[in-house]
This record gives sequence, structure tokens and C-alpha cells, in this order.
Amino acid sequence: MNPTILAATTGRILRQLRHDRRTIALLAVVPTALLTLLYHMYADQPTAPGQPSAFDRIALVMLGVFPFIVMFLVTSIAMLRERTTGTLERLLTTPLGKLDLLFGYGLAFGLAATVQAGLAAGVAYWLFDLDTAGSPGLVVLISVVDAVLGVALGLLCSAFARTEFQAVQFMPVVVAPQILLCGLFVRRDQMAGWLGAVSDVLPLSYAVEALQEVGRHAEPTGTMWRDLAVVGGTIVVALVLGAATLRRRTG
Amino acid sequence: METAVEVRDLVVTRGRRPVLHGISCTIPRGSITGLLGPSGSGKTTLLRAVVGVQVVAGGSVTVLGEPAGSPRLRRRVGYLTQAPSVYADLTVRENARYFARLHGLGAAEADRVLGAVGLADAAGQLVGTLSGGQRSRASLACALIGRPELLILDEPTVGQDPVLRNELWEMFRAMAADGCTLVVSSHVMDEAARCDRLLLIREGRLIADDTLAGIRAAAGTDDVEAAFLNLVRARATTPVSAEGGAR
Repeated sequence: MNPTILAATTGRILRQLRHDRRTIALLAVVPTALLTLLYHMYADQPTAPGQPSAFDRIALVMLGVFPFIVMFLVTSIAMLRERTTGTLERLLTTPLGKLDLLFGYGLAFGLAATVQAGLAAGVAYWLFDLDTAGSPGLVVLISVVDAVLGVALGLLCSAFARTEFQAVQFMPVVVAPQILLCGLFVRRDQMAGWLGAVSDVLPLSYAVEALQEVGRHAEPTGTMWRDLAVVGGTIVVALVLGAATLRRRTG
Repeated sequence: METAVEVRDLVVTRGRRPVLHGISCTIPRGSITGLLGPSGSGKTTLLRAVVGVQVVAGGSVTVLGEPAGSPRLRRRVGYLTQAPSVYADLTVRENARYFARLHGLGAAEADRVLGAVGLADAAGQLVGTLSGGQRSRASLACALIGRPELLILDEPTVGQDPVLRNELWEMFRAMAADGCTLVVSSHVMDEAARCDRLLLIREGRLIADDTLAGIRAAAGTDDVEAAFLNLVRARATTPVSAEGGAR
């Protein structure tokens, strides 16, 4: 990797985003709007004494899940466009390295995700009184790491799609099982053994567990740091695998 | 004369279908070589092999003394793809500056190439709002970044008005005079007169590799289109008599 080229590529992707006002608006507004929906859904639900409210429990997890979904979709389409418009082929004839490109996407959309997660967490805490034992800063940090996980998986999956129709359909394939098995609907230790095993190899399970740890404990726990490291490792592996799918020579 | 590109027995297949059948040719430095042939004849495939982005089934391509596609060539070879490959959601200037930075160059180089293709006035416009001809010139500008020693241009003049086309050819000529080697593909036969040498390609085979004068003499006509036809007919009848005799 070359720092100048990486910085140029990150800047280029952010500039493309800047010209696309509607996408910026969607990135900023959608997670917040969904949280609002969630807040009103659970407004009249009774809360068992000593337990977190349903909104607190679900909104906390959603602060990690929404950026993951959004960034997965945005990135897989953006990368597919690089392939179909010929810019990828051109880039690979220049001094740019494959990792410069993939980490450029990771950085650029990671920055966008920071803004998105900051807004969503701000609304959840200030407007909807989200209550977590741990620090909101950690919640934002984990949300951003989740978003970058979405970016990395989106980049990898876009290699297996030839059209935007196909790319969009990877979303339910890759994202939906992770949401179902992440421990939000059924606690992971209460799942059938084989489902638990599947859940154990899905990165989102760790991201969600990390958020739940922040919800329960005032100080960051060892489990939370371990979970975050697992997600971080998955990001790096996905980006390197993604780079391996980029071929300078094609048929 | 020094050789810029040497192609030896190049074979390219797509699926099981051969696209190039053992092409050999050499391209001298500091010249403009025209690659002419109908759509689907293998022009783009041959150019991609020279740039080093084409999977090849056999033969060799040597570019500026190194195997095509070597990492060191990425600073020395400029490539214009047939379909404009620039970012539609960036301005012309942002595109040029990005490609300049990939080569370690600054805004001055970006401005230079935009001026060279006549897009200085449109620099602030989004590429997505440009006309087809402007968009392909934006793409050409990005290929000129860093003054490459070898410039591979796949149909650079398509969709340009005659005045601009003339200006682009004058620029190509000036670049060749400075020592740059240009390979320019076209399916417009009247651009042949602008080139030092011509490669005529049809159905994945070279049917001529000569100067325009040489091709005219061999085909017995001054018109390039007619010369192309004559050479195709000559090939169909001479080499394999059994096949040719049946026609």
C-alpha cells in the first residue's frame, strides 16, 4: 500500500459521495427514522422490573445493525459500478495497488459511517433516552466497526455479482441470517446447538454481543474487546480476500 | 528503429472461441500506428493484451523491453478504453486530479491534460452531464497523465466533431514527435492517412502490417477501404487453394 494513493482514493470516494446529495441524506436520515419508528412501537410496552426496556434492548442492537446493512448495500453497488464502468480496469493499469483501492473504500465509508452512527446514537440517547450502563462513545465505536464490516463484506460479495440485480440480492443472503442469529430474537445460548455453532462463525454475532456488553456493564469488558477484535480481524480478512478477487488480467 | 512493442504468435481465446489466431507484429518507437478493422475483429483484444489486462492463451507481448503488464510499466503506459472509463459522479477536474495523484503528480498536470483535450472550460462540470464526445475526451485526458512513453488509444476520436478530431490528431502527431509511441484503433478507414504505419485486422488475423503507401501498392488501389477489401479477397483465395477455389 502507498499512503499517497490510499489518501487520494479515499478522497475520491468521499468526493463522489459529496456530489450525491440524496445518498448523503439517506445515509443520515434512514437509521434515525428507523429508530424513531422503533421508539414509538415500544412506547407502551410494559417493562419487567430490573430488566432493560424493550426499546433499550433492541435500539442498542439496531445501532450496530443499521449501519452494517446500509454500508453493505452502498459498498457492493459502488464496487460493482467500478467493475461495470471500466474504471476498475483502468485503475489496475495505474500504479494503484489492489489494497489501496479496498482500504480506500473501507476508510471512506468508515468516515461516512462515523457521521451516521454519531447522528443515530445522538438521537437515541438525547431524544429517546436510550439507557446503557456503559459509555455512548463505545456504542458509536462499535457501530462504526460494524459499518466497516458491512463495507468489507460488501466489497467481497460484489466480486460474485455481475449486475446490480445480483448484488442487491446478496443482501438477504449475507445479511439476513446474521441478523436472525445474532442473539436479538433468541438468545444465542438458548439456540439449538447447530444454530449456535452457525451463530458463532458469523461476525455480526460478535458485534451485537459487544454492544450488549456496553449495555450491561459500566466499564468496557474483556468480552467486549475480544468481540471487537474478532470483528476487526474479519474486516481485514474480508478486505484481503476481496483484493484477491481483483484480477488485473481478465478474459 | 527501436521497438516499442513486440507481439509474437499471440493467441487469445474467449470460452473455446479463438479471438486472436497467432498475431505477430512490431511497433517502432516514436510512431503512430493505426489498428484498423471492423467491429468484432479483435482490435480491443489486441490492445488489451499490449496493456497487459487480457488473459492470453499463447505467445508473448513485450512492451518497452518488459513483459506486457509488468508493474514497472504502469507508470510508462497510458490506456484509453473504448467506453469512457471516468467517474460520472465527479467533475472533469476531480477525475483528472485523482488520476494525476495516482501517478504522484499534482493539479498542474491535471490542468495540462484537460487543456490538451480542450476541456479546460468544462473542468468544473460533472462528467455525467457531459456530451458523449466530451466524456470520451475526459477519459482521454486521464490517459495522458504523466506523459506516458506508450499510449494505447481504443477509438479515441469516435463521436468528436471534425474540428476537434483534427486537433486531437495534431496533438497525437506532436506527441509522437516528442518520442511517444501511439497505437490508435479505429474502424474509420479515413483515419489511416494520419498514421505512420497500419495494422489491418480481420477476424482475429492481421491481413496487413505496413505503411499506408505499402498497403496501397500491395492492394493496387489508393482507397484504404478498397485496399482492405482487396487484401481480404487476396487472403481468401491465395493461401489454401482447396478452400479458396470453392468460393
